[in-house]
Amino acid sequence: MILQNAVWAVALCGMGLVALVFIHVIIQAGKPADEAATRKSARTARMLQGWLFAVLLVGFVAGSWATLHRFPIPLQHAALPAKQVVEVVGRQWSWQITPATVQAGSLVEFRVTSDDVNHGFALYAPDGRIVTQTQAMPGYTNKLLHAFREPGTYTVQCLEYCGLGHVPMKTTLEVVAARGE
Amino acid sequence: MASLVMFPEDERLAGGERVAFNLYMITAAALFVLMMLIGLTMRTAQAKWLNVPPDLFYNLLSMHGAGMVGTMALATTAVMWFFLRKYVRLHLWAFVANYVLFMLGALCIIVSIFVGGYGALWTFLYPLPLDSAGLWTSWSAALFMLGYLLIGVGSLLFYLDAAAAIIKVHGNLGRALGLQWLFGGTIDPNHPKAVVASTMVIIANSLGILAGAVVLVMSLITVFDPQITLNALVAKNLIYWFGHMYINATIYMGVIAVYELLPRYTGKPYPISRPFLWSWAVSTVFVIVVFPHHLLMDFAQPRWLAIVGQVVSWGAGFPVFLVTAYGALANLYRSNIRWTMPSRLLALSMFGWAAGIVPAIMDGTIHVNLVMHNTQWVPGHFHFYLLLGVLAMVLALMFHEIGSRAHAPPNSGADKLGFPMYLAGGLIFVLAFLDAGHLSVPRRMAEHLPAWTFTDKLGSVGAILVVLAMLYFATRITIGLLKTPKPGGVGVGTPDTAG
Ligand SMILES: [Cu+2]
Repeated sequence: MILQNAVWAVALCGMGLVALVFIHVIIQAGKPADEAATRKSARTARMLQGWLFAVLLVGFVAGSWATLHRFPIPLQHAALPAKQVVEVVGRQWSWQITPATVQAGSLVEFRVTSDDVNHGFALYAPDGRIVTQTQAMPGYTNKLLHAFREPGTYTVQCLEYCGLGHVPMKTTLEVVAARGE
Repeated sequence: MASLVMFPEDERLAGGERVAFNLYMITAAALFVLMMLIGLTMRTAQAKWLNVPPDLFYNLLSMHGAGMVGTMALATTAVMWFFLRKYVRLHLWAFVANYVLFMLGALCIIVSIFVGGYGALWTFLYPLPLDSAGLWTSWSAALFMLGYLLIGVGSLLFYLDAAAAIIKVHGNLGRALGLQWLFGGTIDPNHPKAVVASTMVIIANSLGILAGAVVLVMSLITVFDPQITLNALVAKNLIYWFGHMYINATIYMGVIAVYELLPRYTGKPYPISRPFLWSWAVSTVFVIVVFPHHLLMDFAQPRWLAIVGQVVSWGAGFPVFLVTAYGALANLYRSNIRWTMPSRLLALSMFGWAAGIVPAIMDGTIHVNLVMHNTQWVPGHFHFYLLLGVLAMVLALMFHEIGSRAHAPPNSGADKLGFPMYLAGGLIFVLAFLDAGHLSVPRRMAEHLPAWTFTDKLGSVGAILVVLAMLYFATRITIGLLKTPKPGGVGVGTPDTAG
């Protein structure tokens, strides 16, 4: 599944859940409680708060572990396990990418930097979705590891506003099928 | 504990205080309309309904960003001042000095953008202000930064005065935050929530503004002597430390209106509690250390900083869901609330904050950032809690205050129409942004691909509704605030909600 679709679905569910709770309480807000009912609902509220805390805590720990134990960013000061290396330099307002052709199916290491201001190196799949990205910052080289699943013409688009030529600052990267396929 | 009297005597504005408050709020209302019109212009340009040349687009984007952040800070400072002055002795000169410095700073920024052509956005990310490729002059970049410095000095002055006043009453800032009750002891039920929230803002935002001042001065030096260069990563850290804290502080200043006003409309006490004190104590720490989530795509940043960015972003949801939104909902529940403009806006503000933080937390995740960073997902989530959260808090106080002049909370037929228009427009507007992020539409672009214009059009329609509603709100608030209070004074009306 495309990551963006999963994120969108989770966000819609989360925001929808918040909305439902608010709608429920707002409907109830029109029905005044007598003193006994107020005391009872105060007790229930405290209990629910405890449960909410427990649920959030479990989600927090499980989610953090799931998203961080395999860290999505490679170590920057170590040799990386990629056979293909692509040097990327951004400048106002063009990309220099060598080589501009890579093979699908195995890891590619992008070494991304900038000659002038901050730029954003984003790879768009042929279907128009971002597959991965990193920043291009002057004075630093960010190493990005990515294995392309599908061959095709990918678009490199600058994602950090860098002046007047920010929109046209794009180029292409050819991803070809791995040899022997 | 917050008052249950609708318009208590100690909140009444008279003389210079009234003039100062009116200046803040009427200025803010007018600026919100203007900045929204700029936002609408950009959305319709992306939708290709309007032709805006790219250089002008980035001028407008710089104006909208700096203008909205600044106006939000101006308005929520007035919210904090309005309530805090009941509990500690604030000096009117500090409040007025902040306004004057803000207006001077705003003038610098406007001249820098519309005369000097500045277009390096509200984030002035080094070294872009120096590298315009001829589009703007270095003096305009310098003027823009000078404008920020003036605004920052104004905020610091106000915070220093407030800090001194709080320390005079509570001994020190830790006691004002209620740290002495975190692990036990009997909590003073009269310890004001407004003091707790204000103290947190003073601590965090003063640090942020100082970080901002450092990077602004460093950047100014490079403008005048380009031989001197900065480390771009260090500059970015300082800028986001400052920028994140400055805009975050507006929520924490604005929410004071919810604490103070909500119980008056529900007629139900909204007492202080240990979870409440805990949530503000941890939020004070979280807001100071959460900023690395802006740099998750800067792989050169140490790994532990990225982890702090994600973990604290997630953790920041706890106080919001568990205490602030939850407490407000518990106060609303079966309260027999009177639905008028202020109470509707208060409920909306809590929804906007709680729901808006969902996509925000998701974006604070490194995996998600790899495909969502700098897409329209980002403006999607911050517009959610700024437009439907913080602005609603400010509007609630504005409407409440014009109610005090008319002796009853406003609830005209036009109000009843304006509110759903604002809500529907706001939801369409922010969901269009979020959907665009889901579809990989980049943020901050003067021109969009044809495939992206559907969400731009949807967003424009939402923005039109919001602008119309805000135009009506601003007119109503301005007229209402300028109305002379009736003889007999405030405080005589509506004792029926007390109890
Ligand atoms: Cu760019």
